[in-house]
Amino acid sequence: MAGDRRDGRIVIVGASLAGLRAAEALREEGFTGSLTVVGDEPYPPYDRPPLSKQVLLGHVAADTTGLPMRRDPDADWRLGVRATGLDPVDKRVVLAEGESLPYDRLLVATGTRARPWPNPREAALDGVFTLRTRDDAAGLAERLAAGPQRVLVIGGGFTGSEIASACRERGLEVTVTERGPAPLVGALGGTLSKLAAAMHRNNGVDLRCGVTVTALRGDGNGRLTGADLSDGSRVEADVCVAALGAVRNVEWLAEAGLAAGPRGLACDAGCRAFDMYGIVTDDVFVAGDVSRFPHPLFEYQLLSLEHWGNAVAQAEVAAHNMVSAGPLRRPHLALPTFWSTQFGLNIKAVGVPTLSDHVVIAQGSLEERRVVMVYGYRGRVTAAVTVDMAKSLPYYQHLIETAAPFPPVPGAADRPIAAEIPVPSDVPDPKGLSHGPTVALTGHLPDRRLTVVQPTS
Amino acid sequence: MRIVVDLTRCQGYAQCVFLAPEVFQLHGEEGLLYSSAVPDDQLERVRQAAAACPVQAILLGEEVSARGR
Ligand SMILES: Cc1cc2nc3c(=O)[nH]c(=O)nc-3n(C[C@H](O)[C@H](O)[C@H](O)COP(=O)(O)OP(=O)(O)OC[C@H]3O[C@@H](n4cnc5c(N)ncnc54)[C@H](O)[C@@H]3O)c2cc1C
Ligand code: SF4
Repeated sequence: MAGDRRDGRIVIVGASLAGLRAAEALREEGFTGSLTVVGDEPYPPYDRPPLSKQVLLGHVAADTTGLPMRRDPDADWRLGVRATGLDPVDKRVVLAEGESLPYDRLLVATGTRARPWPNPREAALDGVFTLRTRDDAAGLAERLAAGPQRVLVIGGGFTGSEIASACRERGLEVTVTERGPAPLVGALGGTLSKLAAAMHRNNGVDLRCGVTVTALRGDGNGRLTGADLSDGSRVEADVCVAALGAVRNVEWLAEAGLAAGPRGLACDAGCRAFDMYGIVTDDVFVAGDVSRFPHPLFEYQLLSLEHWGNAVAQAEVAAHNMVSAGPLRRPHLALPTFWSTQFGLNIKAVGVPTLSDHVVIAQGSLEERRVVMVYGYRGRVTAAVTVDMAKSLPYYQHLIETAAPFPPVPGAADRPIAAEIPVPSDVPDPKGLSHGPTVALTGHLPDRRLTVVQPTS
Repeated sequence: MRIVVDLTRCQGYAQCVFLAPEVFQLHGEEGLLYSSAVPDDQLERVRQAAAACPVQAILLGEEVSARGR
């Protein structure tokens, strides 16, 4: 029954970053069997981060961000084909056309999609967008190039902020609405969100916090004309981007008996999926944005990340474990890392800023717009965020990896200003935000309520 | 040819910007923006940039050409 794990049939569902990197790694690990990659988008794997940056700025076209291969994985690419079901007993992936693909081992890498504007009639208005795919970006970039009167961005998360930044750089009028008290507050906590709000306003964004959009309005021809806000005001806009966060692509697994739900498909530290009873499978693996995995540095809570670097690292571990026998398997222990460029600032994060009770400025200052913010939880360092100080990040990464005490002791690199006193991290409950979190702790601690809650409106 | 930069690793050293300014640009102090599609006449410069990057964050390669079925 053991067989040669380097042979047989492997199917990967999801032909994007995680799917591609896993396919390459399988071959690097010596897999010689048949490899099939199924993806519902009609395009070969492409890179998404440029879609809200270079593409919206008009620097590059949306159809030019194809991902380079590290090596040709010699796979059968089934592109433009959706997987609609999974039979884990018969070991088959059911495809939309009714065909089914037999597998010995399966990798689920179906990622996420943009959460749509909840009112379908309003969402269908001409001028209303979401941003996740190459086609979304092409359509939005074209509208921005045509010079709209005003762009309304709903949601002040990373994606919403990057869109607003690109619009301002193009000289377009922008309104950002955020239900929470400030942009990025859900990801970075109270202190840095004040810097984020200042960056929006200094760059001419009409930022409205503590409000929600109650309705999108259209004219008789189905074209967007504006939006009504919960404070009774109205915004005239001919383009609107709903940047409400992401939805995990798990629907196709509904009948498969796996631990798949709105927070993703849960797996063990070796990327093996759990079934609905919490029993680990040995032939279904998961990687990338669709996964939910335990991390020992963060109290073994299950993390759901929407991070480029995690998709790459987890795909490599999953591939290794798919072709390796028990004792040779590796855990996925990479620290969460994330970057965002907006308003000319380079924001980088390592660790889990939302797992924090206090923060302290370790280097730089908010006024200089160059800062290292260190996050602590119950007396140890759990995350660090740099703004235009990326070279310092590895040092803090080391502190997190070694569970160093918080606040960190002085002596870190160059530190012009002594560390300030720790202040509460002020990470709000995601329920109160317009957008979903890009890092979510989905475990349950008695004193924490940080679970992903699906906004209903 | 296509490139992708692992921006979780990139530390904004900007060697790439210096070696292939038509492909890599700094946005602000240290935010790196680049064109994924490398024009033929920039290939050599991009190769040099990839080799020079102190954290080896630049990957150059062919895009998947979907053979499909
Ligand atoms: C606009 C934007 C900006 C971003 N910026 C950053 C950034 O600055 N920094 C950062 O760290 N991360 C960023 N990200 C996140 C990063 O792109 C993701 O973490 C990464 O794409 C995850 O890769 P993945 O392969 O796991 O999932 P995805 O890229 O979501 O790919 C999943 C693929 O599976 C396909 N699929 C889904 N269901 C099925 C099915 N049933 N059958 C067949 N195929 C299916 C999907 O269509 C998709 O092609 C950004 C994302 C977006 C959208
Ligand atoms: S040379 Fe490397 S580290 Fe420096 S900016 Fe370019 S990619 Fe980043």
